[in-house]
Amino acid sequence: MSCTVRIPSPLRSYTAGAATVPAEGATLDEVLASLEQRFAGIRFRMVDEQSRIRRHIRMYVNTDEVTALSQPVRSRDVVHVICALSGG
Amino acid sequence: MTTALWIGTRKGAFMLRPAARRRAWKLSGPQFLGHIIHHVVQDPRAPKVVLIAAKTGHLGPTVYRSSDGGRTWREAAQPPAFRKASDGAQARAVERVFWLTPGHSSERGTWYAGTAPAGLFRSEDGGERWQPVAGFNDHALRPKWFPGNGTPDGELTHSINIDPRDPKRLYIATSPGGVFESTDGGADWAPLNEGCAADFLPDPNALYGHDPHCVAVHPRAPDRLYQQNHCGIYRLDRPERRWVRIGRAMPKQVGDIGFPIVLHPADPQTAWVLPMDGQTVWPRTSIAGKPAVYRTSDGGKSWRRCDRGLPQSQAWLTVLRQAMCTDGRTPRLGIYFGTTGGEVWAGANDGESWRCIGRHLPEIYSVTHAV
Repeated sequence: MSCTVRIPSPLRSYTAGAATVPAEGATLDEVLASLEQRFAGIRFRMVDEQSRIRRHIRMYVNTDEVTALSQPVRSRDVVHVICALSGG
Repeated sequence: MTTALWIGTRKGAFMLRPAARRRAWKLSGPQFLGHIIHHVVQDPRAPKVVLIAAKTGHLGPTVYRSSDGGRTWREAAQPPAFRKASDGAQARAVERVFWLTPGHSSERGTWYAGTAPAGLFRSEDGGERWQPVAGFNDHALRPKWFPGNGTPDGELTHSINIDPRDPKRLYIATSPGGVFESTDGGADWAPLNEGCAADFLPDPNALYGHDPHCVAVHPRAPDRLYQQNHCGIYRLDRPERRWVRIGRAMPKQVGDIGFPIVLHPADPQTAWVLPMDGQTVWPRTSIAGKPAVYRTSDGGKSWRRCDRGLPQSQAWLTVLRQAMCTDGRTPRLGIYFGTTGGEVWAGANDGESWRCIGRHLPEIYSVTHAV
């Protein structure tokens, strides 16, 4: 299944500057694996070694925030990766 | 020999190079602007190789490697990461790569990394792929050594020292936790904290739980260790196991609290510290607003104040544990430190006279020498 992933600026060094990239997968986990295959290293910056979404990363499928990598992703869904930062 | 300084900051990495006769220094960079750079370390075995410990405010921690002296960089294919936890076990994740140390001279391509939370990692391919040192990270006594009691920056593993005579003898430190020694290449570890005060612990004779801020093994006399601890300055001469508080010889009004300690590359009797205020709520600024470096030339029996050229009043500097180094150029060694206020200071002639060689930088986390 093909979806679209919106890449925030801190991660665009991995995508050659692309803000939106296509990805494959029936779950968020599979979508991230698909990204990792194309853009080596990108997953570990978002997800830790225990498969937890990192503390200052938020992920949405369309407009719904998701916290589990098992979240289903359907064809033509948009996955948003958001970096949450405050202060200096 | 050309000297340069790598400056790791909260907002990127910079380099300072001396112009003619080291009268002026030229700043270059930033590289990795906006990245949190805890350590930049050149490989003495292959000087074109430089490793950077990095993360950003949002993204996970990683390591970058250069094989052309810092012109181009490539991210590690497998950054330091704890093993995947089994069901019910504590699931640890590396929050930051805090410290980098090149391996033994006979083990080209070997590197060690210290992390928060407390963790030790090893690479055998020049920093490309990192493996957990299970003997430390999964030691049966780990829950006692590092109970995870929530210091503001987490438990930090740092001061990774390898005995130049024996690649299997390792000393590391964790703040808090203490100093630990391995004699079998990291398969097993034992605390090495006897004699060190830990004023914040209920047991004055605790074997672990101490707060070593910086530990250094002398490269020419590897049985000589120095330590700047949260509770004093110490020396240890192996095979002794009991540290001696050489900070007792510091002036009473200055005390013996600070973060870094750096050693003379040839003379095991000579070391430098930069005392900071450890009273009441721990300001961790220069004592009374009058920064000074102190040097011992007799193994800690006495200390000499070196403050010529440094501000004489109202200067509230903080210098972190990786942010002080020497340039290795003897005689007339140069000493350097960087402040959390973004200044870099150079002390000529063994730190006798100081001048500011860089300013307006972000918060400085590390100052390391490169050739």
